[in-house]
Amino acid sequence: MSEIQNFTLNFGPQHPAAHGVLRLVLEMDGEVVQKADPHIGLLHRGTEKLAESKPFNQSIGYMDRLDYVSMMCNEHGYVMALEKLMNLDVPVRAQYIRVMFDEITRILNHLMWLGAHGLDIGAMTMFLYCFREREDLMDCYEAVSGTRMHATYYRPGGVYRDLPDSMPQYQPSKWKTQKEVDLLNEKRSGSLLDFIDDFTQRFPACVDEYETLLTDNRIWKQRTVNIGVVTPERAKQLGFTGPMIRGSGIEWDLRKKQPYEVYADLDFDIPVGVNGDCYDRYLVRVEELRQSNRIIKQCVDWLKANPGPVISENHKVAPPTRTEMKDDMESMIHHFKLFTEGYCVPEGEAYAAVEHPKGEFGCYVISDGANKPFRLKVRAPGFAHLSAMDEMVRGHMLADVVAVIGTQDVVFGEIDR
Amino acid sequence: MNKQARLDKLKQALTAEFADKVTDVSSLASEITIEVALEDLIETLTSLRDKPDFDFDTLIDLCGVDYLGYGESEWKTQSATSSGFTRGSNRHDLVAENNDLRFAVVYHLLSMNNNHRIRVRVRIADGDPPIVPTCIDVWASANWYEREAFDLFGILFEGHPDLRRILTDYGFMGHPFRKDFPLIGHVEVRYDPEKGRVAYEPVSIEPRVLVPKVIRHDNRYNLDGKNDKKVEEGAA
Repeated sequence: MSEIQNFTLNFGPQHPAAHGVLRLVLEMDGEVVQKADPHIGLLHRGTEKLAESKPFNQSIGYMDRLDYVSMMCNEHGYVMALEKLMNLDVPVRAQYIRVMFDEITRILNHLMWLGAHGLDIGAMTMFLYCFREREDLMDCYEAVSGTRMHATYYRPGGVYRDLPDSMPQYQPSKWKTQKEVDLLNEKRSGSLLDFIDDFTQRFPACVDEYETLLTDNRIWKQRTVNIGVVTPERAKQLGFTGPMIRGSGIEWDLRKKQPYEVYADLDFDIPVGVNGDCYDRYLVRVEELRQSNRIIKQCVDWLKANPGPVISENHKVAPPTRTEMKDDMESMIHHFKLFTEGYCVPEGEAYAAVEHPKGEFGCYVISDGANKPFRLKVRAPGFAHLSAMDEMVRGHMLADVVAVIGTQDVVFGEIDR
Repeated sequence: MNKQARLDKLKQALTAEFADKVTDVSSLASEITIEVALEDLIETLTSLRDKPDFDFDTLIDLCGVDYLGYGESEWKTQSATSSGFTRGSNRHDLVAENNDLRFAVVYHLLSMNNNHRIRVRVRIADGDPPIVPTCIDVWASANWYEREAFDLFGILFEGHPDLRRILTDYGFMGHPFRKDFPLIGHVEVRYDPEKGRVAYEPVSIEPRVLVPKVIRHDNRYNLDGKNDKKVEEGAA
């Protein structure tokens, strides 16, 4: 009789539940996973090396393409590192705009996660519900930056421009009648802030709707409770951050513990889990949706009441306005130098971290005094989380691997960089 | 306790604990960096994790750095030749001549209980390949970070259980983040219909510099008179 051997199973890289291009080599004993070996790097573009070859500002757009479902948060980490190196002050209004868009991004990310995680383990409706609300937030991105995803909106010293007074309107087409278009445009008749304000009013009811489908759902609980349990001590050892470590019961959130921008002035709570399983991490993220909504509401109120500059007046780093350029020689020179050579950053190194929807996103920049970074290292939260894959799925069934991939909220743009 | 007080306390504890081992304690932009000798690395990291004053329970990041060509600009702006300033940048590839202190490994640590951070740098004195002991027994999360540093910089981590490439392609040659590895790489791939498979060929595109690297010593950042000297040196 032949010896009984473990069965090796290849999962991905082209698999709908692989969340992009994850290739997993699984060693199976029947239906139980003995060992998981994730193969990553199929989306490796060498972002950090590319950044070394161009002026600082030209890499902001690359940051959007790291974690491509939480674009502006990535930019935030990068520009904060540069601001730290140059000791640059950011106007308060720009700080509020950044916080507001960070939280919009958090909702965008968590909705994408909730939809995809639901879809992976059998809750099709979630995907449709989540994308309904994502559409509105994408419109906010579009209104402020002109693009729905890769915004390139944050700049060292502030943000590219102030919030617009009007929202883009829908046009009737062969897919949308005049009546449907009128209904959509009704909320878009005011400024961007009015539109976001309206969104914060109706969003809590949407979250309730998601919860009625999942939170007490028998099937959902069977698929997530006691799956992928991580103890708090182990979570620290494995370098977990964000919802992954909060799900294990450690109250760690950079927005509270090491506040940046205006988070110290805002009122919000940090949800934590108890058991450290997939279900707790689900509850943490859903509660974060509600808390982000609260933060956005506070930012909208402040921004409506306080107009002001949105980018630093330091024209060695931030370009002067077009009108200044027309009649001021020095502004003209500043503009020319900034857009041909860029600015030189003083010699030194800095690490700046933000509480990204997935965890701690940090940028480590070494500058040798040039107009390009000498070395840029992106600390992606998903990289540390995915490295714990083997430990989290060992002893679980094959179907639970999909639940663990979902709960880790992996996006390969940032893991492979 | 506010941020500055926490920072000062950490700095004091560091000098008290590691006075003989740490070669340099510096703080810039409210971040503390220590430099450690290679032979003291693991001991230092372990006590950073275990001593209650430090309690660095999380390894946030580990990365390799290649210091080849540090501080060299592609376009000289300080001095002119007899024919005036140079107008553009002639691309010159960096060639590694001396490997002394070329590579470094940088650890970013975080203590969730004490809420402070630290950066530990170890310069690797000699050698190709550069060798560093693994810190996988100190923090489990070092596993993939060390694989990444090995893949991109060719730094070997002694004692690592599974030092395979992680980000680059199966069968990739070289270590792409080294400064002497060209940005465009060495090979390109295309589908060869005659052979019926993917073929690797030497790159056909010309490398070029769109914006030359320029170093300007700016007086606005001249906080402690450090840059004064450099400007003079550059002019002379």
